[in-house]
Amino acid sequence: MNGLPLLSLTTFLPLAGALVVTALRMAGGARLADGASKPIALIVSLACLVVSLIALQQFDPAQSGFQLVEKVAWYEGVSYHLGVDGMAILLVVLTTALTPLCILWSFKSVEERVSDYMIAFLVLETLMIGVFCALDLMLFYVFFEGGLIPMFLIIGVWGGKNRLYAAFKFFLYTLLGSLLLLAAMIYMYVTVGTTDVQALQDYPFDPGVQTWLWLAFFASFAVKLPMWPVHTWLPDAHVEAPTAGSVILAGVLLKMGGYGFLRFSLPMFPDASILFQPLMFILSVTAIIYASLVAFRQTDIKKLIAYSSVAHMGFVTLGIFAFNEAGIQGAIFQMISHGVISGALFFCVGVIYDRMHTREIAFYGGLVHRMPVYAALFMLFSMANVGLPGTSGFVGELMTMVGGFQASSWAAAGAALGVILSAVYMLTLYRRTVFGEMTNEKLFDIRDVTLTEVFILGLLAVFALGLGVFPSVVFDITEGSTRDILQMIGK
Amino acid sequence: MDLLTDFHSAAPEVLLALFGVGGVLFGAIAGDRSSRLVRLASALALVAASVLSFGRMGGSEEAFNGLYLSTPFASLAKSVAYAMAAVSLAMSGASVRGTGLERYEFSLLTIFASLGAGIMLSANDLMALYMGIETLSLSSYVLAAFARDNLRSAEAGLKYFVLGALASGLLLYGASLIYGFAGGTRFDVIAQADPSVGLIFGLVLLLTGLAFKASAAPFHIWTPDVYEGAPTPVVSFFATAPKIAAVALMAGVLFRAFGPHQASWQGVVAILSAMSMLIGAFGALRQTSLKRILAYSSISNVGFALIAVAAGPEAGAPAVLVYMSLYVIATLGLFAGLLGLRRKGQGLDLVTDLNGLLKHKPGIALGLMTLIFSVAGIPPAVGFWGKVQVFEAALRSDLLWLVLVGALASVVSLGYYLRLVWAMMMKPAGEPLDNSDFGTGLVVTATALLSFPALTILIGRVLELAAQASVG
Repeated sequence: MNGLPLLSLTTFLPLAGALVVTALRMAGGARLADGASKPIALIVSLACLVVSLIALQQFDPAQSGFQLVEKVAWYEGVSYHLGVDGMAILLVVLTTALTPLCILWSFKSVEERVSDYMIAFLVLETLMIGVFCALDLMLFYVFFEGGLIPMFLIIGVWGGKNRLYAAFKFFLYTLLGSLLLLAAMIYMYVTVGTTDVQALQDYPFDPGVQTWLWLAFFASFAVKLPMWPVHTWLPDAHVEAPTAGSVILAGVLLKMGGYGFLRFSLPMFPDASILFQPLMFILSVTAIIYASLVAFRQTDIKKLIAYSSVAHMGFVTLGIFAFNEAGIQGAIFQMISHGVISGALFFCVGVIYDRMHTREIAFYGGLVHRMPVYAALFMLFSMANVGLPGTSGFVGELMTMVGGFQASSWAAAGAALGVILSAVYMLTLYRRTVFGEMTNEKLFDIRDVTLTEVFILGLLAVFALGLGVFPSVVFDITEGSTRDILQMIGK
Repeated sequence: MDLLTDFHSAAPEVLLALFGVGGVLFGAIAGDRSSRLVRLASALALVAASVLSFGRMGGSEEAFNGLYLSTPFASLAKSVAYAMAAVSLAMSGASVRGTGLERYEFSLLTIFASLGAGIMLSANDLMALYMGIETLSLSSYVLAAFARDNLRSAEAGLKYFVLGALASGLLLYGASLIYGFAGGTRFDVIAQADPSVGLIFGLVLLLTGLAFKASAAPFHIWTPDVYEGAPTPVVSFFATAPKIAAVALMAGVLFRAFGPHQASWQGVVAILSAMSMLIGAFGALRQTSLKRILAYSSISNVGFALIAVAAGPEAGAPAVLVYMSLYVIATLGLFAGLLGLRRKGQGLDLVTDLNGLLKHKPGIALGLMTLIFSVAGIPPAVGFWGKVQVFEAALRSDLLWLVLVGALASVVSLGYYLRLVWAMMMKPAGEPLDNSDFGTGLVVTATALLSFPALTILIGRVLELAAQASVG
């Protein structure tokens, strides 16, 4: 195979970029660094995308197990161990693809402390990629928890009015869950003598022990995903975060929870996972229905989309815990698809927020008269979010429900109700902001999307439609990892 | 036994003692003008002692008829403690200038205090232990009150003295009970004694005294007041060298003298640990003074280290060393920042004084943020591995509940650590700061780079070293 450590390169390239910007900031002062940081960050993140695409190209979907493996001993029982399967490589590419768009977006919308912002963003990218590549639990944890720091700064420095509360809530909420994961991880290290993922997947934990370990992992991933009832940090974080922060939060950070379930909880604790299947179904369906109803009552556009994220993550957990091929394939697909669609929706909110500096639904109305292009794009992503056939949202929801139906018909029925509800709140949102008469005078001279915005949204639209029409692109790659997971859980 | 061999075994302490006595003579003749020279020489002497101690990690050496025993464990702890003392002394130069603290006694008292810490760590007998503690404590009382004209400093010194004397009394009473019931004061004699109510009673009193010195709750009350009142250079010493010495001593006494009685003290230490973690975490939430926050942070961190002590010798000894070493390194950096940052000649006092630090001094702000996350134990900063080691030790000894308390305390204490980060990174900038001196800036940078990424990558070597030191 190729001699280059592609995964390390993908992971640490953004960090190297961040160090360059930091060096400029220290040596040349803030003004110089602010100007230079934009092109540097964009180039670095694009280079990172290219490297990750090379990695994707090198990845052979026909093989099972982990590929592009790199392993260096770190200390006793712990190693710097990277590697990807189909699920991980796609999430890595999702991350590397969304980050340049976010950075491009921020060229205009971030006005103060630009170089600091770019540093935080690049560091965050390194940590996110690391999460999906790590094949050692300790290494995973370092990336997983380390990611809190740059996100805390992004929300806290460039966020909205109530950012202090949101940033603290985000950090502390996630940390509490993570620490239980840490305790479980150390217990596993004490028992098995290593934190290597493959070794832990092979180790047969006692069913009673599995239950507790599963719950500790659950605490962390459920908060991160987020699942009802520990989702309350998400709407706050989304509302206060800057647009690009919201995109990354919804597009990538939430996926870490679902990824964690698939990579760790299911293969390592198969007995406990099966034991808790009913609980997960109840929580998933509750999340889908409850979050959809709450979304309907929101007056803030970002909050509405945040609750819609909670609902869509419910489909992910439903699919994961169906323990069949359709369910898990669907869950992975739904994660990718949601990354594209919710990212795009937050960009859509960003477009009008940058112009009007408010996210109140009632403030808008009749945007179609002044912003026809925007209305079309927003329509597309709204429909994708609802799950209209032909968009990627449809495939994900359908597959997870098919999987769920095989496991429990009433759970799938509950989830189907959620699909209808998602149409209710999304279409209402769309009608109230885009259609109707333009009555608010302040909106009269609002301008349509700029070229950059069209470029970003158009690119995402291509993916939302492309994945909807050719879902097999994703399924072919994730098939191997799905089979591995199912085999380890014994189904 | 040959006196020369004894001196050879105790070379680091002998060096410090001779230097201290010689320094007093020199200073008395040369006067305060020599203070700068004395400070430099003292720092060098401490470095030399640190290197000597590190070289003694290979094995155990007994001296002075079994009063003194230099174990690898003690040698490593001493090496770190002396190094911390050396750096905290060296970096205090610029901040004591022109404050009336510029006197040669300052450096020499630090030397004597470090000597006391060294004796404590190498004690193999309750008498030697008491001698070490008193050498450290008496020097510390004077150091706390060193800014004589300052009311706060005098108050801190007096408070420290009165409460410290009480703790010493309890400790002595405990030691006499142990002597009575065990029939000896040497640790190996005590270890062979039959457990009896009197012995356990003595142990608890001894523990009380030690917990006071380590500022473990519920014997922590003096800490915030002393930290706040005492001059900052002095606090930067208090928070590092004596802290690691006190915790390592507690571990040493319990492991070596009371190892067979672990069942009797494990619960006591576990409760001390849990209380310290929680009181340290919750206590700091409403504080506005930086030094008081750091005081509560130290209480909480001592609580974490005590988890490892409660876990017992096999699992706990390396974890104590790793945790405390990583903690004091990061703390030293934080105090360096506190010493170096001044506004119109005045040191920073409140959290709000840090506002907008990133704008004025991006390098220092970034360094301090790294150090804060290291103290808080958030990866990828190296302090995280201290926490991992401690939790691992606890789980090996079936102390899951302590791990859960620790997890809770971590989350709560993040509440104030994040507030510091918030002030530095996110608040609008306050008035500009004075130019900071080179020394403290260097210490902040160096400790920050050690905390991340140097030691994170080399964590394997650190753990190996600690494991090596705990075997002998």
